[in-house]
Amino acid sequence: MEFGIQTIKELLSGYQKKQFKPSEVIGAYLTNISERDEKINSFLQVRIEESLGRAKRLDEKMCEAETLPLFGIPIAIKDNFLVSGWQATAGSKILSGYVSPYTATSVERLEAMGAIVIGKVNCDEFAMGSSNENSAFGNVRNPWDLERVPGGSSGGSAAAVAAGFASVSLGTDTGGSIRQPASLCGLVGLKPSYGRVSRYGVISYASSLDQVGPFSRTVWDSARVLEVMAGFDDRDATSSKRSVPKYTEELKNISEKKFTLGVSRKWLEGVDPDVAKSFEAGLEMFKKAGGKIIEIDLPHARYALSTYYLLATSEASSNLARYDGVHYGYRTQSATTSEELYSRSRGEGFGREVKLRIMLGTYALSAGYYDAFYLKANQVRKKIQEDFEKAFTQCDFVVAPTSPSTAFKLGEKTDDPLKMYLSDIFTLPVNLAGLPGLSIPCGLDSKNLPIGFQLIGKPFGESVLFEAAQQFEALRGEFPLPGFLEGACRR
Amino acid sequence: MSTIEKYESVIGLEIHAQLLTVSKMFCRCPNRFGSLPNTQICPICTAQPGALPVINKKAVELGVRAAIALNCQTHLESIFARKNYYYPDLPKGYQITQYEQPFCTKGEVFVRFKNGDEKRIGITRIHFEEDAGKSNHESYGTLVNLNRSGVPLIEIVSEPDMRTAHEAGQYLRTIRGILRYADICDGNMEEGNFRCDANISVRLKGTEKFGTRVELKNINSFRFVEKAIEYEVQRQVLAVEDGEKIIQQTRSWNSAKNITEVMREKENAHDYRYFPEPDLPSLVISVEWLDKIRAEMPELPKQAAERFKKSFELSDYDAAVLTSSKEMAQYFEKVVAESKNGKSSANWVMNELLGRLNAVGKEIESSPVTAGQLSELIVKIDSGQISGKIAKTVFEEMFATGKDASSIITEKGFVQISDPAALENAIRKVIESHPSQTAEYRAGKIKLLGFFVGQVMKETQGQANPALLNELVKKLLDQ
Repeated sequence: MEFGIQTIKELLSGYQKKQFKPSEVIGAYLTNISERDEKINSFLQVRIEESLGRAKRLDEKMCEAETLPLFGIPIAIKDNFLVSGWQATAGSKILSGYVSPYTATSVERLEAMGAIVIGKVNCDEFAMGSSNENSAFGNVRNPWDLERVPGGSSGGSAAAVAAGFASVSLGTDTGGSIRQPASLCGLVGLKPSYGRVSRYGVISYASSLDQVGPFSRTVWDSARVLEVMAGFDDRDATSSKRSVPKYTEELKNISEKKFTLGVSRKWLEGVDPDVAKSFEAGLEMFKKAGGKIIEIDLPHARYALSTYYLLATSEASSNLARYDGVHYGYRTQSATTSEELYSRSRGEGFGREVKLRIMLGTYALSAGYYDAFYLKANQVRKKIQEDFEKAFTQCDFVVAPTSPSTAFKLGEKTDDPLKMYLSDIFTLPVNLAGLPGLSIPCGLDSKNLPIGFQLIGKPFGESVLFEAAQQFEALRGEFPLPGFLEGACRR
Repeated sequence: MSTIEKYESVIGLEIHAQLLTVSKMFCRCPNRFGSLPNTQICPICTAQPGALPVINKKAVELGVRAAIALNCQTHLESIFARKNYYYPDLPKGYQITQYEQPFCTKGEVFVRFKNGDEKRIGITRIHFEEDAGKSNHESYGTLVNLNRSGVPLIEIVSEPDMRTAHEAGQYLRTIRGILRYADICDGNMEEGNFRCDANISVRLKGTEKFGTRVELKNINSFRFVEKAIEYEVQRQVLAVEDGEKIIQQTRSWNSAKNITEVMREKENAHDYRYFPEPDLPSLVISVEWLDKIRAEMPELPKQAAERFKKSFELSDYDAAVLTSSKEMAQYFEKVVAESKNGKSSANWVMNELLGRLNAVGKEIESSPVTAGQLSELIVKIDSGQISGKIAKTVFEEMFATGKDASSIITEKGFVQISDPAALENAIRKVIESHPSQTAEYRAGKIKLLGFFVGQVMKETQGQANPALLNELVKKLLDQ
């Protein structure tokens, strides 16, 4: 394997020095996928001819490698993004065969800056899940251990980059769906502030929580993807008009800033011992750089799980109403009345977890229950936001492990939704508060599985997150590669 | 006192008015009626995955204009909500509307009646929402047309202040007039851009407690409004008199059978699961914007009526009738502008033209006599070219044929005789043939003057210039 683990920075540098051409790089990545994705099952569709065609056109314009920030970068996108003319399933049978009539803003912006979307990757159905086991198109396996899950819901996005099938990828994060799989697959995963990246063309799960973000091997790559796709979009009324900093410019040098990190020990109780150990080592690293660790209080964080599962499911119950068998997507064969058309198309088209969440959300919004559930959950959401606001008066960012455990075995938690939901306890509050969160690999557990360290920033404080994460990255040194790539590629 | 007179009805209306915007409420598709099915659609109004709504600023402006016109309180911050239900012409599975915090509350409108009375009707609230598509039920299945999906609407909810079907009808016409005046809505019930549901209950006169209310839908023409409400009131009174309990339900007007029919009972009412629309931030209207909209308000019917009263010395009632619709006011203003005779223009429009239009069931917009033609007729009277009496005959002909006054006058030889010599000849003839009356007149029975004038008119087929004729008859009889 000649190519597979190169970062954006490395590829750009190679293009600029004319060491290789986009068609060679894209061709190599496509070969990796065709030869090796059988074991991972990360791609739902690979656009061979289109991406090679685009690469060849870039071959003719090599000088643009100097100006286009993503010139010839192979990128995979989660199958809940729309790309005109391509299928979009969101991991669901109910959208099987659905062809997108338009392209998501985030994808459009990446492509305009030279990125080459090579295909779309597997995910939990409608981004609901923490293990990628809820996809209608099969499980995705973790390149670190093929018996284990890659995390979810953006499991395919994480596995594809970890396995060397794409340089970077896009995912969506509603309650941890980027950061948790990044943690489980040994990658950098960023969930930007709510409103930082346009959601237009991204299949909604929970509108007030969904955000688009990148998976990458390095902090710099993450910053590069974000700076290209972030910024106001007049097609998404919830996107922010704040200007987008040149994040990579800010990362030219490794920061020597002495950061103050906030930790809530009470919140971290019950974490897997290996994860706890690695997290402490991470804190030590910041201390070594002159940083300070302070104790903060997030008294409402313990309600995040129930709050999240009321709000996200309420919104989802409405967002997913459009998949009704009438206008597009899966339609039952057996309906004789319109009532049956709805109930059977949805009954046959949706998977278990999606149905569970639609029912939960429908219930939470129902007359007589709305005040006790939806409204109350919104009040708690505000409390959680206030907890963070208060914490940020004392520290630069809040830190926690990304996930309480490392990658678990396939099937290990599928029988117990609550156990599965607990995978996200450290990521959920960040979405509820609309904050940016970044997961960076900080170590390996005793089973040689990656552990993620999460940095949580102030609203629109991505710059500081990148700065601190890059400092951490430098102190940590190169992160090991998964077993799947051992001997398969040269560094 | 008859049975029905023992009761009074309590009526409130919910009016849906499509806004006259270029594009839809949440996308950039054209807002136009009558195009080929499913040609004015996009990912947003067809609810494609990942599509998001964006608020149309012009729609907000028109809504605020309505709020100002209906003397409402405009809220600087309001929120959109989702109303969830399944229907094939609602592709998202929810309608974006406003629920708990509408942009506008607490207004009022004054409704004027023929006898000069005026009644205040309270407006509870106005809120924004999007229209659904249209389902056409055919024998072989249902066809869905999404051209209307996402068309901007305001819903105007009245207080239960109306007590008769006629009041409700007048209220509806008043609102329509205001919305059309201010270029907010076309007000065309038949095309569906102005729709109305009525909440109706009955109670014994003198009692305070409201009866159980029935929601009446599908009143899709001005012709049915009063009839439908009257029917429903009567139905409820008869039911109550029979000792039945009125059931809270939704009924529909069947215009073929002239009855109301049950659509659904309260137990089957939808739980719409309203919640704030998470894809849209709250709607913020700045004070500056509000002031700007206020400053740019077009003239409203009430203001136009005041202006007419002052400029043309019209009565309250005349002014109200002439400003009952924008088209009416425009028609009248055009007639006055060319005829330069306000009083006469008002009389002709109100008495002759409207009488005739009513008789054939036409609106002023489709009058066969144009404003220009009517003013020409008035000018001919004022210049003495034809008499008022002939003018009426000419007008009849104009209304029937659409021809100009001048061509009718020429065709029929309706020119007024203002030549003294010609008239004197005719008068002499009449005097000669009525010797006894002449003698009586000359003996002092002066009121016979009218008899002679009448005879000469008859002789000249009504074409004699009346003023001149009077003068000449007197002169010749007195000789």
